[in-house]
Order: sequence, then C-alpha cells, then structure tokens
Amino acid sequence: MLDIPLQALAAQAFTGLVLGGIFVLMAIGLSLIFGLMTVVNFAHGSFYMLGAYVAFSLMGVTKSFWAALVLAPLVVGALGFLVERFLIRRLYGRSPDDPLLLTFGLSLAMVEGAKLVWGKIGLTVDPPRQLAAAVNLGFMNFPVYRLFVIAVTAAVLVSLWLFLEKTSVGLVIRAGSRDALMVRALGVDLNRIWLLVFGIGIAMAGLAGVLAGPMRGVYAEMGVEIIIDSFVIVVVGGMGSLAGAIVAGLVMGEIVSLTTFFAPRLAELIIFIVMAIVLLVRPSGLFGEAGLAE
Amino acid sequence: MISAALRPVTSWVAAHPVASFVVFFAAFPFLVPYQSLATQVLIFGLFALGFNLLYGYTGLLSFGHAAYYGLGAYGTGIALAKLKLTSLWLALGIGLAAAVIGGAVIGFFCLRRRGIYFAMLTLAFAQMLYFVAFHAADLTGGDDGLRGIPLLPLGLFGASVSLRTPLAFYFFAYAFVVLAVAALRRILDSPFGAVLQAIRENSDRAVACGYDINRIKLLSFVFSALFTGLAGALDALRLTVVPVDSLYWTTSGQVVIMTLLGGAGTFFGPFVGAATFLILADRLSLFIEAWPLVIGVIFMAFVLFLPRGIWGTLAAPGVER
Repeated sequence: MLDIPLQALAAQAFTGLVLGGIFVLMAIGLSLIFGLMTVVNFAHGSFYMLGAYVAFSLMGVTKSFWAALVLAPLVVGALGFLVERFLIRRLYGRSPDDPLLLTFGLSLAMVEGAKLVWGKIGLTVDPPRQLAAAVNLGFMNFPVYRLFVIAVTAAVLVSLWLFLEKTSVGLVIRAGSRDALMVRALGVDLNRIWLLVFGIGIAMAGLAGVLAGPMRGVYAEMGVEIIIDSFVIVVVGGMGSLAGAIVAGLVMGEIVSLTTFFAPRLAELIIFIVMAIVLLVRPSGLFGEAGLAE
Repeated sequence: MISAALRPVTSWVAAHPVASFVVFFAAFPFLVPYQSLATQVLIFGLFALGFNLLYGYTGLLSFGHAAYYGLGAYGTGIALAKLKLTSLWLALGIGLAAAVIGGAVIGFFCLRRRGIYFAMLTLAFAQMLYFVAFHAADLTGGDDGLRGIPLLPLGLFGASVSLRTPLAFYFFAYAFVVLAVAALRRILDSPFGAVLQAIRENSDRAVACGYDINRIKLLSFVFSALFTGLAGALDALRLTVVPVDSLYWTTSGQVVIMTLLGGAGTFFGPFVGAATFLILADRLSLFIEAWPLVIGVIFMAFVLFLPRGIWGTLAAPGVER
C-alpha cells in the first residue's frame, strides 16, 4: 500500500532538489552582490529571464544546447558588467534604497523589452537529445535532464567556493565584503572587484535561467516570479551569507516541492509562511549576522 | 530658471498647502482631457500619499503597498457585492478596517528587519496576499476579479446623492482626498510627524533621544495603510470591479514610480507624480504597446539624475528633500 506514495514522494523530493538548485544559483548571486556592494539587485530575476531567452535564440543559431549553455551566461554576464559600470556605479555612496529602485526600473524595462524582442507568448525549450531520456534510479524513473541540472549546480558551487577560498582575487573579495575601506587603504582597486563580482552574480542568474528553460518554459514574467522567491530565500538564509543562501535555497526547494505534492493550493504560499516563522523566531535569518546593512 | 519664475507660486503653495490643494483640484477635472482621468489622478495621488508617508517621511521603502490598496478595495468590494450591504459608508469602513488590520499585522512582521530587508519583506507579504486572493475565488472572484460591485447612492444628512455621473463621483472622491490631505498635514505638523522625519534622517539618534521608534514606525505604517486602503476602496467604487492584479507587485511598483517621479518626501509630490504617470501612460499607450518600457527608462533616469523628483526639484531647488 505504501509503496506507490513512497516512490512518488522520492520523486518529488528529487524534483525539490532540482528546484532548490535553481534557487541556490539565484540566491548566491544576489547574496554575493549584496555582501560586497550592499546592492539589492531587483533586476536579478530579469537577468535569469534574459539568460533563458538568449539561450533559446543561441540554440536557434548554433543548433546546439551545449553552446547555448556556455555562451548565454557569458552574454548575460557581459551585460551585467555594463549595468554595473554605467548605472549602478553612479549610486555608490547614496542610500542603499537607490540601487534597489534603479534595478526595479531596469527590470520593468527588461520585461517589456523581452516581450518586444521575443513576443508575448511563452516559448518552450526541449532538453538536448542526449539528456531527454529518463533514468532508472532503482526506486523510480527520473528525467536525466534534471539530474544534469543538479550536477551543473553542484559543479558551479564547488568552482565558486574554490575561486573564493583558493585564489588571490577571491581573498580580496572576501576581505572587501568585511571592510571595503580597509581593502582600499591597502591599495586594491575595488571598482574592478565590484565589476567582476556583479558580472559573476549576473552570469549565475543567466545560467539558472538557461537551466530552468527546458523545465519551466521561457516567458517574460519568469524573472519577476523568481526574484520574489529569491528575496524570501536570502531573508530566510541571512543576506550576505553564502552558506545561508545554499541551505535556505535547498530547503525551500524541498518545501515547495513537497507542498505541491501534499497540498497543491498551498504551494505558492508556503515559502511566505516559512519566512514569517523564521522572522518571528530568528529575525536575522538562519545564518545572518544582525546589523548587516541595516 | 523655470523654478525661479515659479518661486512666488511655489512659496505661496508651500505656505498654504491644504488650501492650494482644495483650489487646484476643484478646477482639475476641467483641465484634463476627460473627467475619469481626473478621478484616477486623485485616487492614485492618495495612494502615493499613503506610500509617501512611509517612504518619503519615515524613510521606510515599502515594495508591497499593493497589499493595503488591495485590502481596501476587496474589503469595500466584498461588503457591497457579496455581503450586499446597503450603506456605502459602512462598506467604506470595512475596507478601511481591512487595510488597517492588514497594515498592523504585516507591519509588525516587516519592522522586525530594517533597511533593505524591509523592502523585500513588504514585497513578499504583498505577494502572499495576492496568492491568497487568487485562490480564494469564492470570496474574491479569483483570477476574474471581484465583479458586480453596485455603485450605491451616497446617504448624506438624510438625502441620497447619486454618484453615477463622472463629475459627481469625482467630487465624492475629492471630499475624501481633501480630508486625507488635511489629515496628513496635521500629522506632519505634530510632534509625531517631527519624530517620523527624525527617524528618516537618523534613526539611531532618534533612539538616543528616547523615542520608542519601533512603535512610531508601526504607527506610521498603519497610517500609511489607512490612506492607501482609502485609495483602494475608492478605486473599487470607481471601477465597480476589483481586478486581482490590484494586489500584484506591479501595483506596488506603480506607486513607487509615481511617488519618485513627483518627489518623495514632498507634500505634493505624490499627486504630481500620479498625474505625470497616468497622463504619460495614457498618451504613450496610444503610440507604443510597450509603454512600460519607456516609463521604466524614465524612472531610471529620475533615480540617477533627479532623485528629488519633479516637485522636489521645482519647489525647493538646492535643498535636500
């Protein structure tokens, strides 16, 4: 009797891991940018949307999912460079609300821009042929593409960790998020570091969009939907904490996925309920330090 | 140069803000292309006024004001369409009560975090209400919106006034908005209003002066929700329908844009911004379907180059806020 629900439950838990992976890619970029620059990037979701659309177009041109998977995040990241250099940089030293307002305007423009370029109707993207099958995991069948998403997310996280912990640039980034003034006094050009970090964060959002496309479809509003989820995740995890972003992202992915299974009507609400509970019990978030940019 | 020429006007307006408002908006419906646009400016100006109390004067950036607007609209709409109340006054009261209670509860949660978190939390809670309204279709009409709100005649001193012509409805809304504007002036001139602005300028110092700033912020939040809820309730009557999008984040975004265009932290900025936004949207949509793209770019330019907004720049050049 219990066999079937148990299998379905396992499948749902795996799906939650995939969703959690997308959440983590989004939340880490947001958190990294915020930790270093105290910029809350409202347009983060719109770069996710752009990643998905750019990948769609690149697949049309190159006929290769793999080329799109590599190139689309780079294109989106390059756009992130431009946004930091020419828009956000002007706002350093002003109220932390100002970059949030600016990127809100940017995301409004990007959503409408995407509708102009790619049309108002959502697009569907097929996973690449090599990953289209389902694999037998012993207890259930699971789409290979979703396993691939988990693998890519893990690979990106490990690379990011190595970059931050083992390279000298990573060292400067970590120091800069602790005390930017001191790092400047030591003669480091933080402007270049900020540009780099913003680009990396945006490229990760772009990658999340590319990966999500074949699972969730591609449409102009997809970015704004995920930015609200991502905000909830960084509030729960603790803004500026990378560990918090990873744990909260994965936990939220599981919670959403399991709620979809047991109580579908609650699925869209559950993350807000979890957020309210975390706020009551631990206002600074699971891994957050109280007082950061408040 | 323009601002120098306008100096005498702006200084008189600054000295008599409520009187200026009463005079200007009495003539306003005859100055715009059509009267329903004037009503829209009035109602959205009130919405922005509520937002401005919190952002412009208290320094708390809310990205979720759609919540209180929607609560006001749904409260009044459900009272008339589902509960079949026959008193317009009672229906308005229910809308306001819904907005105030919602503001108190959500404010309590959001004010547990400061600064940038506050903005994200307000957005999240408003979106939560959107999903609630979306799924509670029996009560709210769900995706189709709440339909069938009757525009009852207004019972006034025993007489019954019909609100069916656009001009009658305009002056009905005008009476409420004038009251709200006078109330805001009264709040800002009170010691409470001075503390709000002290919190905006330096909240640590306000704490050091012995103010219980959490209580004061929550009170400001609730007042803001009250003004916003009134705007929502009036808009439900204007449209005789509450679209579910009135709770969506785009509605919150609109009021942020309006307020910043007009000038956050200025008395008339919200109305200037609402008029600019609505007239711009009205005209632009004739030419381009993607008019929000243009508005988004204009808004970015304001954040970058004119952070004090139209009224802030005209009325007080060279003065911060």
